[in-house]
Parts: sequence; C-alpha cells; structure tokens
Amino acid sequence: MGALLAELIPPNDGERWSAVDARMRQLGYAPDALIEVLHTVQETFGYLGTEALAAVSAALGVPLSRVYGVATFYSFFTLAPHGRHTCVVCTGTACHISGASAILAAVEAEARLRPGETAADGSLSLLTTRCPGTCSLAPVVILDGDVEGKLAPAAVVGWLRAL
Amino acid sequence: MSATARVCQAASCLSLHSDRVLQALTERVADAGLADVTVKRVGCLGLCAAGPLVDLPERGRLLANVQPDDLGEVVEALRDGPRAAPAPQAPFFSRQVRVVTENSGRVDPEDIDDYRAHRGYEALATALGLMTPAQVIDEVVRSGLRGRGGAGYPTGLKWATVAKATGAIKYVICNADEGDPGAFMDRSVLESDPHRVLEGMAIAGYAVGASEGTIYCRAEYPLAAARIQTAIGQAERAGLLGPRIADTPFGFSVQLRLGAGAYVCGEETALIASIEGGRGTPRPRPPYPAVSGLRAQPTLINNVETFASVAPIIRNGGDWYASIGTATSKGTKVFALAGRVVNTGLVEVPMGTTLREIVYDIGGGIVGGRPCKAVQTGGPSGGCIPSEHLDTPVDYESLAALGSIMGSGGMVVMDDETCMVDLAKYFMDFCRDESCGKCLPCRVGTAQLHMLLTRICEGEASLADLRQLEALCDMVQRTSLCGLGQNAPNPVFSTLRFFRDEYLEHIEERRCPAGVCPVPSPAVAR
Repeated sequence: MGALLAELIPPNDGERWSAVDARMRQLGYAPDALIEVLHTVQETFGYLGTEALAAVSAALGVPLSRVYGVATFYSFFTLAPHGRHTCVVCTGTACHISGASAILAAVEAEARLRPGETAADGSLSLLTTRCPGTCSLAPVVILDGDVEGKLAPAAVVGWLRAL
Repeated sequence: MSATARVCQAASCLSLHSDRVLQALTERVADAGLADVTVKRVGCLGLCAAGPLVDLPERGRLLANVQPDDLGEVVEALRDGPRAAPAPQAPFFSRQVRVVTENSGRVDPEDIDDYRAHRGYEALATALGLMTPAQVIDEVVRSGLRGRGGAGYPTGLKWATVAKATGAIKYVICNADEGDPGAFMDRSVLESDPHRVLEGMAIAGYAVGASEGTIYCRAEYPLAAARIQTAIGQAERAGLLGPRIADTPFGFSVQLRLGAGAYVCGEETALIASIEGGRGTPRPRPPYPAVSGLRAQPTLINNVETFASVAPIIRNGGDWYASIGTATSKGTKVFALAGRVVNTGLVEVPMGTTLREIVYDIGGGIVGGRPCKAVQTGGPSGGCIPSEHLDTPVDYESLAALGSIMGSGGMVVMDDETCMVDLAKYFMDFCRDESCGKCLPCRVGTAQLHMLLTRICEGEASLADLRQLEALCDMVQRTSLCGLGQNAPNPVFSTLRFFRDEYLEHIEERRCPAGVCPVPSPAVAR
C-alpha cells in the first residue's frame, strides 16, 4: 500500500483498504479507472465515505471535486451506508403497468420511508430501480439482493414485518 | 439412447431458483442411474413467463415451472426415451427465426469449448485466414445489417468510416448499457452466449484496424458482466483474444467496464466519457466517435445485438442475411416481450413480422383475454402503437411512420387498464430523473413537461396547459443536445396522436378512463 494512502485511511480499516489498493494496482492507478475503483470501494465498505473519496482522489491523482462529481452522478453509488436490509422496488415499464406504484406506496406507508431513505435505526433502506431486466416476473422487488417476482403489496409488507 | 436436460441459468429463471433445479436434477439423474443423460447449464430458453424451464431436446419436451423438489416428471421423461411422435412446436417457438439467439438455451455460456462445438469462432478464423478487412466490411455492407441499438444506422457504413479514419490506435466499443426499462435483449444475449459478442467484436476490430475493445456493461446486470469476464479469460487462454490471434499478425484484446446507473450513458459520447472515468455527459457531434472517440481516437461503437449478428453473417454470407427481412430492414430483430401479454420472454423474428403476430401468435395474446390497447416500443425514446395498427410490419421505417421507433427491442404490451396519459407521465418522470443536466432544454424542459403531465393526471389542467405541453415538447425535441432530450417528448407526441381523447377526458371531464389516475370526481373538484 502506498505511503500516501496509508496516511489517509483510518488504521482499523487497513485490511479492507488493501482490497481496494489491490484493485487500483491492478488497474495501474490510472485516472480513467475511477469508476471501477469506486465500485470496489462500495463493494468493500458498502458505501463511499468521505475518507474513501479523499484516499481514491490521492491515489489516482484525480481532484477530489471530480471524484465527488462522479460519485454523485451515478445512481449506483451511495455516499451513506444502506440499512441492514434493503428493499428495492422496480419502477421499470412492465412493473409500472403491473402495479409497482401500489407496492411502493404500501412499502412507504409501512416503513415510513421515502425512496432513497434509510430508517433512523439502520434497519432498512428503501430504494427504487429502473429495471433489472426480469420483466417476466413483473412486478419485481429485490429483497436483500434476491429478485422476487409477481408480488402483491401485502406480500412485500409481510416480508417487512417479518424482519 | 443418450439425452440432455438443458436447465436455464439466465437471470429470470435464476430468480426463480433454477440454480437449485440444476443441482437437484444433477443429483436425481445420478441417483436414478441414468448414465447416458447429461444435465447442462444453458442460457435463456426464451419463454421466461414459464420459468424455471428445463428443455429435453431428444424427448421433444420443454418443461415449465420446474421445482427443485418436484423433478419426477423430468426424470421420467428422461428415462422413457423418445416419444412416438414429438409434439408440434408451440407458435411461440415455431414463428421465430433464430440468428442472434441461435445458441441461446443450447450452449453452456461458461464453456468456450461448447461454443466452438457449435461453430463458434469459425467466422473469426474465416475472416482472419481467408478475407481482407475490406472483404469483411463488404460482407457486412451486403448483409444490410443496421445498428440494433435503436437508431438503425447502417453497420457496414459505420465500419467503413472507422476503417478509413486515421489515428495512433483505434478502438472498438460494445455498448451493453441497456437502459430502456422493459428491455432485456442484451442481458439475455450476454448471459446466454457471451463468446458470440466477443467474436463479433474481434471481427470488427480486424475489419476497422482496431486492437483494443471495451464492453461497457450496466452495473444492474451482474450475471452478464460475470459471464463476459469469464468468456474473455477463456478466449485469451485459447488464443482467440490477445496478441497474434490464430497465428496471424492480428491482435485484439477486450476489457470489461461497468456502468454505474446512468441511462444517458447509452448515448455514445456519454458512454465514452464514462469509460474515460468521468461523469457520463454527452458532447455535441460532430466529430463523431468514428473520427474522434475514446481518448480522441477513431472508435467503432455498436451494441450487443449488432456484434452478435456478425459471426453468422461472416459464416453464411451477407446475401444470406439480406434474404431475411424487408427491403430496408434486413435480418432478424430480438425483442423483449413484456407487459400484459401471456408469453413474456425473449423472441427473435424476421424484420417485417407484424406486431399482431408478435403479440397474439408468439405472445399468446393478452393476459385474462382483455383487449390489447397499445404496444410500446423504444422505451422512453419511443412511442405507443395503438391496437388498430397491430398489422404494421416491424421495420425501422414503418415504426417511425407511426411516431415510434424500433429502439433496442423493448416491447411492452398494454391492455385497457393502462392509462396513456399516466404512461406519458411515467416516461417523462424517467427522462427527468435521467437527464444529465448538461443542457438546459432537457434539464429544465423535462421537469416542466413532467409538471404539466402531472397536472393533467390530477385533473388540474386546462386546455391552455395542453397547448403549453405541445409547444414545450416541440422545443425540447428541437434544442436538446443529445438523443435523451431530443427523444424525451416522443411518448407524449405519440400518445397525443393516438389517444388525444384520453388527455381531453382528464382535462375537460376530470376523468381517467382507465381508472389509474387520481383524478378527483367532478362533484368534488371545485
């Protein structure tokens, strides 16, 4: 790990950082590998923290403003950690005409969250996506990473209550 | 007699736990002592609505909704041997012509040897060994292939332009940023037959003089990305990618880049900006990427389906490909059939097939026998074709004449329970969310258009709002920088053209005929 990087990161995260550094080394610390590196940071830490963005900026020689600009441009990246559970409601076309709005409304009411929000106790994040491409299963909800299809609002609410 | 059980391991069936079906069936076949039966991982079998699917080609049977704890029927069918007379193929399959998807559901997507056993990399060997780059381009020109990403630009012409361009290095980019909601053709091709895409890219690289290729795949498709990465490694080890391919001087490498959730990156200049590690914002063209693209070098960009069409064209000849389809739209097109149709899934048909054949013969009609209201093609950049035009042949010009576009192949079928104003609002909401913010007409225009559409849906609009909506659509279309903004008004134009009455009902009678919009009843409103 580079000396500069070692200075920037919290010492107790050293092990996880070595995974990120390995990826940056593999990509030759090239500035145009920024998005790949941010993917690795998010995979490793679950989100893109302020220290992480600063460390990546220093390691790749990309201004922090630009790193921040990229991190906030793409909807896949998140600057705050998600909850322990995630509920991602698909709002693609096939799901929209098959009742996605009713599912989203039911989940919003049950969890008292708006899309993009995480519960104060960190238990759940509610998110939306525009089509994972499994339209035959519409309406689709991705619960903790598992794609579940042909769901009624009550089934999703039931899952939330069982958490 | 030996037999194969092909178990779909593409995303839709996997979501229904077809991985457990594969594992359980492998164990059951071993337990039953069926030594001559092979249980095989394959890609998409097409009829996603009935997954998890298991295909028994030697038995002439396709088994639907197969559960890992209920495999008796599959095992019995495998034990029994062939039927006396195989059942005739359902129209879902018999009406399709498979060129791009010829291997889908047949080859193991993670096994290069299986791909090669199905004539894989034969076209690359032919191109490198027996053809000059100019002859390859000529064959693609003769095929009449047009870009399958949506715009339909002649592929051979694009290749010739890049071949003529000069630069220190040339690049080939495969656009796998399939962002239209309701479209999953490219996901399916990448998950089912990734080597076909690599082969097409390598042939393109040889034809235009490029030595480096990049596949830009959206991050929402982790399985497609993983299979492409596996395929790249296998092709490199087999000497089919990398330096001196097949002992010729031609070298070509491919790397995978992941998107990160930005619809605008499907636009080629935005995609290039994203590969370069920046925000995915488009820039004005010209210069076109063919002249100045990735790292300001000549760059060929085609989408997944276009590259996937190349190997069969080289293998069978451009004239063969041109014999399929219509006068101006050659070959086949893959569609992701979704929405309120019975047989949702992946279909490939000759250009010129009518929408009615796709919806009713292949698609099996509308769920619950309800009436078909419209077919949406082209996603947020496309339009809605009403049921009275279902006999329209699917080709670039016919769809454009109806105010829609071919698009990349998303086809969402709608019944009478869909409100067309709500649908227009839905797509405008999408474009507003996905506008990159670089140019004002798109950034502000889509927000204003969405506001006007919301007002109509909520029964709060006047006829002046409708006139404002049309005027603003016209301005956004004419003045936006890239295709996202230029095409964002299309769903509004298209629904206004065929479903103007629905808009007027919302405005004048404060009524949503489909019962979707939250319009307050006339007695309550004001």
